[in-house]
Amino acid sequence: MTVPDEAAKRRIVDLFLSEEERLLRRWTQLSGASPDELRDLYQALRTALVDGAGDFADVRGLLAELSRARVRQGHTPSDTARMVFSLKEALYEAAEADGGPEALRGFVWFSQLVDDLGLYTFETYTAAREKIILDQAEQLLELSTPVVKLWEGIVAVPLVGTLDSARTQVVMEKLLQTLVETGSEHAVIDITGVPAVDTQVAQHLLKTVVAARLMGAECVISGIRPQIAHTIVTLGIEFGDIVTKASLADALSYALRRSGVEITGAERARIAVRAERP
Amino acid sequence: MERVPILKLGDILIVSIQIDLDDQSVLALQEDLADRVVSSGARGVIIDITAVEIVDSFIGRMLSTIAAMTRMLDAETVVVGMRPAVAITLVELGLSLGGVRTALNLEKGVAALEHVRGTAG
Amino acid sequence: MNGPTEMPIATNGDVVLVRQKVRGLAAEIGLSLVDQTKIVTAASELARNALVHAGGGRVHIEVLHGARRPGLRLVFSDEGPGIPDLEQALTEGWSTGGGLGLGLSGSRRLVDEFDLVSAPGEGTRVTVTKWAR
Ligand SMILES: Nc1ncnc2c1ncn2[C@@H]1O[C@H](COP(=O)(O)OP(=O)(O)OP(=O)(O)O)[C@@H](O)[C@H]1O
Ligand SMILES: [Mg+2]
Repeated sequence: MTVPDEAAKRRIVDLFLSEEERLLRRWTQLSGASPDELRDLYQALRTALVDGAGDFADVRGLLAELSRARVRQGHTPSDTARMVFSLKEALYEAAEADGGPEALRGFVWFSQLVDDLGLYTFETYTAAREKIILDQAEQLLELSTPVVKLWEGIVAVPLVGTLDSARTQVVMEKLLQTLVETGSEHAVIDITGVPAVDTQVAQHLLKTVVAARLMGAECVISGIRPQIAHTIVTLGIEFGDIVTKASLADALSYALRRSGVEITGAERARIAVRAERP
Repeated sequence: MERVPILKLGDILIVSIQIDLDDQSVLALQEDLADRVVSSGARGVIIDITAVEIVDSFIGRMLSTIAAMTRMLDAETVVVGMRPAVAITLVELGLSLGGVRTALNLEKGVAALEHVRGTAG
Repeated sequence: MNGPTEMPIATNGDVVLVRQKVRGLAAEIGLSLVDQTKIVTAASELARNALVHAGGGRVHIEVLHGARRPGLRLVFSDEGPGIPDLEQALTEGWSTGGGLGLGLSGSRRLVDEFDLVSAPGEGTRVTVTKWAR
């Protein structure tokens, strides 16, 4: 790295200060960013260069804010990086016009500074975008696992697909929340559509049933496949006194009976449902 | 120290915990309740924790103690309104509140008490 | 934003204040409602332990700015008698004070990181951390 002499630094900073209007106009043209945003940045840079004695914390704060805003507005990462890097080009033109060796050496120093700030901008942009993606994934997760009301006082979560620990947790929280909101004392967790569970998922299911009980509601787990039953037993997980039923229909009729609803013709309905099972 | 008010509705005592209780107040509530059950001849107690943001081992133990104590005094206790986040945390903490009846809300708590009394004769 | 804070744990009222402070910060850094409840419950257990088993202590509360997500770190410390057998103290149901023996073992399950340092005559320090998801 070049160690810049003080004279070179001073020359480029002088240029930066005296040519403000021209540099800002050129920077705006090259970057395509809004003049207001760039003016704020320029001010912050000036403060850092002149009074701040090389303290760029405010500049970085401003850049972080700008790049987060740009993520939300849908700008690309290269767009966002160009916003910063193009200052180099604008300043280079000024240094070239000046023509002196000090201005050019000073420019090398200044461009390293801009590179640092540009990389920082890029990093905050990426971090902000990752966060948005994560948030969206979470929202999708919630959407993809509906809690449905089967009957007055009975809700169900039909789980379909692979259950990981995170998804199970989200679903279970939602189930408990629905119990409160709908005043339902019975819940059916149907895992007919779940190919396999691991220890953690089985534990989450179990904890949910216990948590529901603490809140004053009863859960029935239905549709446990033979392989899953096998896993649970081999893992040594105690399902204890938790009620399990073969099918969602069985679970529903159980919950109905528990909540005091008379069921007539239930036998036939059950046979019909069972007949559909392979 | 804060004292939690105890309301009487027919032969049911209702305690609604609205504030973050320190341990001293929790113990005081326990004693107050026992006294009131005896003096009022109440047959049921409802502890409403809808507003309670955490139940730790101390409050959990109080709930179990109250349930056991009132049962000895021939009254039934129902804890109502536990929030999902609180229930999930209690399970993780390892507290299952054995022997404590629970209901989703006040209305269901009252119904549960009536049901108990109905079957008890 | 939030510099580290130090709070005394000398009375039952202090335990309540610690809970409230932790709740406020946990919400501020965006912990989910369930995670807020977990860290506040752990704080309540550990503050009470310092009060009951060590005659008082203090908690150091710090917001962490991780690379990807913020976190909350609580350090409970006291100059009490210390714990002779850490293994035993962390066993569920083990208590010298007629408690349920859930405070330490339970708090450990409620947080992401748990560290217990203690020796007889040297006081006790418990550090817990919860990260936003
Ligand atoms: N800060 C401390 N100083 C000294 N001993 C402690 C401290 N914290 C815990 N202990 C010891 O560890 C044991 C287990 O603590 P733990 O919090 O798990 O249970 P407990 O406090 O006895 O009961 P509770 O379930 O009500 O919390 C205590 O009984 C005590 O002997
Ligand atoms: Mg304890």
